[in-house]
Amino acid sequence: MSEPIVVAEGLHKRFGDTHALRGLDLAVPAGTVCGVLGPNGAGKTTAVRILATLADPDAGHARIGGHDVVRDADRVRAMIGLAGQYAAVDEKLTGRGNLRMFGRLYHLSRRDARRRADELLDRFGLAEAADRQVAGYSGGMRRRLDLIASLILRPRVLFLDEPTTGLDPRSRGEIWDAVRELVAEGTTVLLTTQYLDEADRLADDVAVVDHGRVIATGTPDRLKAAIGDRVDVVLEDASLTVRAADVLARMAGAEAAADPAAGRISVPVAGGAVRLADVVRELDRAGMAPADVSLRRPTLDEVFLRLTDREKETV
Amino acid sequence: MAAPTLAPPAPASPWGRLRWTLADGVTLIGRELSRLRQEPGELVVALIFPGIMVLLFGYVFGSSIGVPGGGNYREYLMPGLFAMVTFSSVMAVTMRVATDASRGVMDRFRSMPMARSAVPFGHTGADVLSGAVNLVIMAIMGLLVGWQPHRGLWPAVQAFLLIFLFRYAMSWLGCYVGLAVKNEQTADQMLPLVFPVTMLSNAFVPTGGMPAWLRVLSDWNPVSALTTALRQLFGNPGAAVTHPSWPNEHPVAMTVLWSVTLLAVFVPLSIRAYRRKGR
Repeated sequence: MSEPIVVAEGLHKRFGDTHALRGLDLAVPAGTVCGVLGPNGAGKTTAVRILATLADPDAGHARIGGHDVVRDADRVRAMIGLAGQYAAVDEKLTGRGNLRMFGRLYHLSRRDARRRADELLDRFGLAEAADRQVAGYSGGMRRRLDLIASLILRPRVLFLDEPTTGLDPRSRGEIWDAVRELVAEGTTVLLTTQYLDEADRLADDVAVVDHGRVIATGTPDRLKAAIGDRVDVVLEDASLTVRAADVLARMAGAEAAADPAAGRISVPVAGGAVRLADVVRELDRAGMAPADVSLRRPTLDEVFLRLTDREKETV
Repeated sequence: MAAPTLAPPAPASPWGRLRWTLADGVTLIGRELSRLRQEPGELVVALIFPGIMVLLFGYVFGSSIGVPGGGNYREYLMPGLFAMVTFSSVMAVTMRVATDASRGVMDRFRSMPMARSAVPFGHTGADVLSGAVNLVIMAIMGLLVGWQPHRGLWPAVQAFLLIFLFRYAMSWLGCYVGLAVKNEQTADQMLPLVFPVTMLSNAFVPTGGMPAWLRVLSDWNPVSALTTALRQLFGNPGAAVTHPSWPNEHPVAMTVLWSVTLLAVFVPLSIRAYRRKGR
């Protein structure tokens, strides 16, 4: 099977006057993690809802494992897991009670549902809390329970809609570990997120979504390379920041981002056009001794801001 | 990890689909039982209001309310309370469905290979179940304050069946409202609407003294129909027809008619609302 396991072609969806999706295309090869990045309201959640059969597109098609999400919705549902922004579990039940109920609703036998619940609770560190009511769980525990509730059938494709939004760093790390393990076992993951470091750590490929369309795709490295490396300079005398930024901008032929309070300047340098030694010499000549000069890859945040800014200009 | 547990493939035959629907419905009813086991206090909370009404009407106002045809006011009151609690159960279902919808539980159900109609059937079935427990406790409360069925077992059984039928019908109305509002807060704000409807009936007071137009409303109110039907079937005072009108003279038929109408309207509407995707 050469077709990617998740395929979306020209998805359109509007709600009243809001055009949530305007021709969204996406392809996720089996066994990979695709990070869908985008600002709030970019259409990430709408795209996931369509792929997970919760909403129908106004136009366009989507297939999961070759099955159309509209016509073959039941087939699709048997292959996917969905964990959302909010923990979609019954707060009045215990963790174990929730998993058993969902297992039964997946039409596992009573025994299998029970065994699967125990297995998942053990594996994801919820065994101790399993017999407590979910209402008393911490945010991170709920989110983990929500995640494992979507794993009952060992889905081939897992949709995670902002799985760590609002979680503390430790809980976030736990969710990340769980996702990595699943991917190692062959699960395909489509993950929407506002946290770029999340995509950076987890995703093989990133699709940047803005205004209901994918505006860039590629590995995080390729996206970073596309906007070029950056030179970061920290000055000893922060009052010279603005002047130094001018010098750097002239050298690089690009706009420099300056933080005058910290004496920090960052400028994109495409294709190795500017060498660090040149930067140091030029600044010295202008009488502005740098405390630190370094060449680095841009962060995904910078890629993201650049891409969505450009989009703003063209719209 | 153990060997993959693969879900059975979706049945193709209509009979198989029906079996899935029933199995899913039963699972969701079981969910309600587990919830009650976790929070048995909820049953008590549900009885606080009727308990207060027994005290307030049975002992405070009741002393100055004349039962038409004579008799013990508390015996007159109990069928009215049964009817009121049955009617008010609509709010419990609305709240549960709206909570599921707003917390994303409904979305999880929708993303699973479940029978599409199982969720509304499960919620309404579960409500009848908690209604049964409720009813037993209320009947005991009634017996304690001097109420009892006087016409023997079979009419009493008919009375309870009538309560269940009407409760089931109301739970479908509640299910639809819950799916329509999709939001716990909105559902909560609708609560005060229920109370006046139950009061605008013969549940607590004889309607003979009401202005004529109000009496017509009260006569056609399903709460009145169920109350009168229960008074007849239990042989409690106040069942005699004071002013002739069709619903007054055929309270059992009227209750059944109300129930069937509610079911005919809200079963399809609820299932359609559950299936409708989008947002």
